[in-house]
Amino acid sequence: MHYQVESAAAAWSYLMRVRSMEEDQMERVLRLASQSAVVIFSVSSCCMCHAMKRLFCGMGVNPTVHELDQDPKGKDMERALMRLLGNGINSTAAVVPVVFIGGKLVGSMDRVLAFHISGTLVPLLKQAGALWL
Amino acid sequence: MEALKLFKERINNHKEKLLSLASNSADIQAKYGPSLRHITPAVLAAYRFCYCRWIGSRAIGLGVDQKMHANKPYTNDERYKRILMSLEVLAKRMGIYDPFHQVNMWGDSFKIDGSLNSIASPMFMMKPGMQNKSECTPHESREPSGDDQENDKADSKVLRRQAQNREAARKCRQRKKAYVQQLETSRVKLVQLELEIEKAKNQGMYIRSAPDVSYMGSSGTMNPGITLFELEYGQWIEEQDRQNVELRNALQTHESDMQLHLLVESCLSHYSNLFRMKAEAAKADVFYLISGAWKTSVERLFLWIGGSRPSQLLHIIVPQLEPLTDQQIVRINNLRRSSQQAEDALSLGLDKLQQSLVHNIPSDPLVLGHYGFEMAAAMDKGEALEGFVNQADHLRQQTLLHMSRILTSRQAAQGLLAMGEYFHRLRTLSSLWTAQSCDPSFSTHLSN
Repeated sequence: MHYQVESAAAAWSYLMRVRSMEEDQMERVLRLASQSAVVIFSVSSCCMCHAMKRLFCGMGVNPTVHELDQDPKGKDMERALMRLLGNGINSTAAVVPVVFIGGKLVGSMDRVLAFHISGTLVPLLKQAGALWL
Repeated sequence: MEALKLFKERINNHKEKLLSLASNSADIQAKYGPSLRHITPAVLAAYRFCYCRWIGSRAIGLGVDQKMHANKPYTNDERYKRILMSLEVLAKRMGIYDPFHQVNMWGDSFKIDGSLNSIASPMFMMKPGMQNKSECTPHESREPSGDDQENDKADSKVLRRQAQNREAARKCRQRKKAYVQQLETSRVKLVQLELEIEKAKNQGMYIRSAPDVSYMGSSGTMNPGITLFELEYGQWIEEQDRQNVELRNALQTHESDMQLHLLVESCLSHYSNLFRMKAEAAKADVFYLISGAWKTSVERLFLWIGGSRPSQLLHIIVPQLEPLTDQQIVRINNLRRSSQQAEDALSLGLDKLQQSLVHNIPSDPLVLGHYGFEMAAAMDKGEALEGFVNQADHLRQQTLLHMSRILTSRQAAQGLLAMGEYFHRLRTLSSLWTAQSCDPSFSTHLSN
């Protein structure tokens, strides 16, 4: 009995540690996101992230890119991003690329494209100070 | 005919000689020996021939008598036979004997049966000069003679040859049977194949204007998702054409804006259907979708990530619209620019995907061995491709939706009609092109 209680306590403390780690990462993500006008979380080998980067560069925006595969805590950050994006994302789909404009979450590629086509992306960028024209 | 007469005379001369010899068989070797020197093989053949005839006629004449005298030693026929045998012996000795194996048969057999025909004519074939005699090969009567011991040899030869003939005929019949059977099976197979093709054509490979009607995945098996997609796409095309007609009618009859609005909405939802179908097909086989195999050949000319370019859609639509307000013009320009930027970005992303795929394929051709790891990485790229196709379709859909928001109902109806008409004409052009390439004499001058 004693042993079980101890193991339960150990498990609980482990869970708490993990949760805090995740929350750390979430905070870290949000912190990173607000450091710059346009922040893209991507993976260096992902081609959709590459497309996203080229889209913003083509518009004349200079985004800050964080490569999750080059970050030691990249996995946690990815999980945090998944949680941020919501339950609509299934686990097998790629999380990245994720864009934050002006510290606010915009979303994945399809959201960015929808905003861009509807003409709301450019005002958003101007508002965030990424575009001056 | 003169030659025949002459030859007959010669034969008769020799015949008399032969008869005289026949009556005195003991002296043959002595008397006849020297005179045999002049006997050429051809003459010997002539002897044989006339002996045949002579014996034949005599046999017909004698017939029953011979049989009655069968037990008598040295019947006439026997004697004659003996004469001939010794003639051959002499000829052999003098080195003029023609080693014609049928001589034995002939020499032994003075039964006049059908075999004489085969003997007589080849004998005459020996001397080319006497070819004309082969026509008068006698049809001897087929009188069998008595059973003589000397006839057994001939019999055996004849029997052997007959057996050989039978054997050959049997083999020939067997071969023919086998060939006919082979033909039959091939015919059955052909019919089966044709049925299969018919079945495959009807079973959901229905694409109206596309000549390449059957889809086989890279492994050669049918993909049910793709089969379904092709079927649905065929139906989609039909529905699209019907909606086009409706739009045209509505525009021509100047229907109310509300009606037009409803039509526009239904058209847009129809396009959403298409994008949904494409998403399903992308899950089934993304390479099939991105190759545009489901589109007609001319449509494939304008292919961009599994469909048409959004900027091109705008290009088609805008000139067909009624005069646009300034605000509309501005918005359309913005839309054009942003869709172009999005297109470029996706194209660049796709280029990077292609490059990474190339890098993942084993780069060292000298190293043989399993490349499972690289293949697994390459498989991931296939999934990434699906993502690109989905994003491209999303872009198209967003472009259409936004365009419809910019425009009034009437303008939107016009735009959609223009687009529908454009693709319809592309498909028609495609089918015309195919018809022309299949049949060069096909007239391209059509009255529309």
